[in-house]
Amino acid sequence: MAEEMLLTDDFLRQLINVGEVDILVGLRTHNNANTIEPVIRAIQTGILQCFPRERVGIVNADGGSQDKTPELIVGASIDDVWSVSKVYALRTLHSISTRYATSPEPGTALRTILAAADLLHAKACVVFSPDSTTIEPDWLQRLVRPVYNDNFDLVSPIYRRQKFEGALIQNLLYPMTRAIYGYRVREPYASEFAISGRLASDFLNKESWNDESSRLGAEIHLTVAALTGTYRVCQSFLGSKAQDRGASDLVAAMRRTVGALFSSLDSDFPLWSTISGSQLVPTLGAQSEVVMEPARVNRKRLREMFATGVAQLEPVFRSILSESTLSELQRIATLEVSEFNYPADLWAKTVFEFAASYHKSVISRDHIVQALVPLYRGRTLTFLLENRDGSGEDIERNLESLCGDFERLKPYLLEVWADRK
Amino acid sequence: MREIIITELTQAFQDLVRGFAHYLPRLIVMLIIALVGWMIAYLLKVLAHSILRLTKFSKLSENAGATQLLSQAALPSSTELLSRFVFWVAWVGFILLGVSVLGIVALQEYISQFFLFLPRLFVALVILYFGLLAASFFSRAALLAAVNVNFRSSRLLSISIRVIISIFALSMVFEVLGVAKETMLITFGTVFGAVMLSLAIAFGIGGKEVAREFLEKKIVTGKKEEKEDEVSPL
Repeated sequence: MAEEMLLTDDFLRQLINVGEVDILVGLRTHNNANTIEPVIRAIQTGILQCFPRERVGIVNADGGSQDKTPELIVGASIDDVWSVSKVYALRTLHSISTRYATSPEPGTALRTILAAADLLHAKACVVFSPDSTTIEPDWLQRLVRPVYNDNFDLVSPIYRRQKFEGALIQNLLYPMTRAIYGYRVREPYASEFAISGRLASDFLNKESWNDESSRLGAEIHLTVAALTGTYRVCQSFLGSKAQDRGASDLVAAMRRTVGALFSSLDSDFPLWSTISGSQLVPTLGAQSEVVMEPARVNRKRLREMFATGVAQLEPVFRSILSESTLSELQRIATLEVSEFNYPADLWAKTVFEFAASYHKSVISRDHIVQALVPLYRGRTLTFLLENRDGSGEDIERNLESLCGDFERLKPYLLEVWADRK
Repeated sequence: MREIIITELTQAFQDLVRGFAHYLPRLIVMLIIALVGWMIAYLLKVLAHSILRLTKFSKLSENAGATQLLSQAALPSSTELLSRFVFWVAWVGFILLGVSVLGIVALQEYISQFFLFLPRLFVALVILYFGLLAASFFSRAALLAAVNVNFRSSRLLSISIRVIISIFALSMVFEVLGVAKETMLITFGTVFGAVMLSLAIAFGIGGKEVAREFLEKKIVTGKKEEKEDEVSPL
């Protein structure tokens, strides 16, 4: 979709009325009327408390809400917040909205926000999730300050999480991004983040927008673009993360995260193939925080779905996995819950073989991502079992060991990548 | 008497020589056409082989399940098979062209029929290939979707889809070739109907408990399905 198509005449008119801004706050919405009000209030309070002198604009990219979400955003008056915070805004706060499509497309929504940031010459662009019910006013400054004051280009969030939350990030996205690109970014797929105007413009002009997997997993591609380009990346601790509403569909979540990460490997091969080990990125606040709340998980069902997947998808796995990996998975599938163990090194090998098969398109790329779902369930079960009685430090130690395996086995990825199967 | 026999024999021999002399140039032309045709057919085979290798046709065939079928039937790879097919079609075409030069009236009709049949054969092969490809793609898509929602008979569902699409493609192939049209139509109708009926019966009997539970949860009690097996991935 061309930039002219993203910016409709009406939206362009609204942007012209806004003029230039220092900070642009982006909200990607679709039927978020139930949660949007506290988010808007927190953003407005954050603006009054931390950026009263800056020119700030709120841009809502809506994917066809039927519950008047855009009206709630545009209609939220900063005066209501003033009565609580007792701080005056020195500038007019503009809130504008556009409907980019009749159904939600997170990539297109992000592109619309970046196009607006580019047009308004924003120095910093921050994106918040409309589902962030746990948002605090100071999240705004925690994300924006490093860009606005310290010239960072990407500020990735760190959350306080329940100990089993974010299993896909902890078991795949973080270890793999870290092993591939050599930077320890805890949330490569972030729903809240801030970027500099320079990164926004550069990323907006990337040709990868024409690729479907790039549009689907734009957040991953943005992180990868920042890590592989000449950009300064840091992390900022925010607080408790609200449950991701869109994460309930595991296959869809895998498509927009794992699919996007795998597809990024194609174009960046010359860059990542030479990287070994990993380095810390500057972090403001805690590196990680875990809440020890008990979670209700049906382990038996996870094991059953893993075992069924390994048995039923055998013909599919034969085109993706090596003989040794497949036979090892078949052995694990026979284990009962009490003795179940999908070892970290085997998991790393599995993911790397999937990534290489994705690169070679041995079967449809979407089918490759879908085939990983039952195996991820098996790995999740091991993650639950090994951290069941563990403290925050134990979980961190296990995660570090998993990341170590991904980094150690990176030469194996290069081997299977080059192998002409 | 002796002279008559000698004259007749001479006449017959002269006729034979004349006939042979009449046909010899045509025969030579035919042989030349066949020889040149062989060379062109060979070149076409090499060209087809290279194009198929460049376009990774063997991978496509593997995905379509055609490679598996061929190896089970002890046949060469799909790339090799298609290259040979191109060679033989081209060479037989040239031979028939050469034969037509001989001017044998009885053969002319068969030769023209062969050339008329070639486009249909090509279309039939294309339909068969894409049919197998579609059968493989959709059966795999169904298998993955079914496994990921924990559907118990995923493999059965996948095989059913593969069989239905394959039979549909085959019936189209036979229709294009004009071979056993009615038989294939009846076979397809029977198999399709049988599969649908058995699926309906299987779902009806096997799924009545599931359906009852689902309806009880959704309509009678209004309770939402309890999801306790998913750990938030993101």
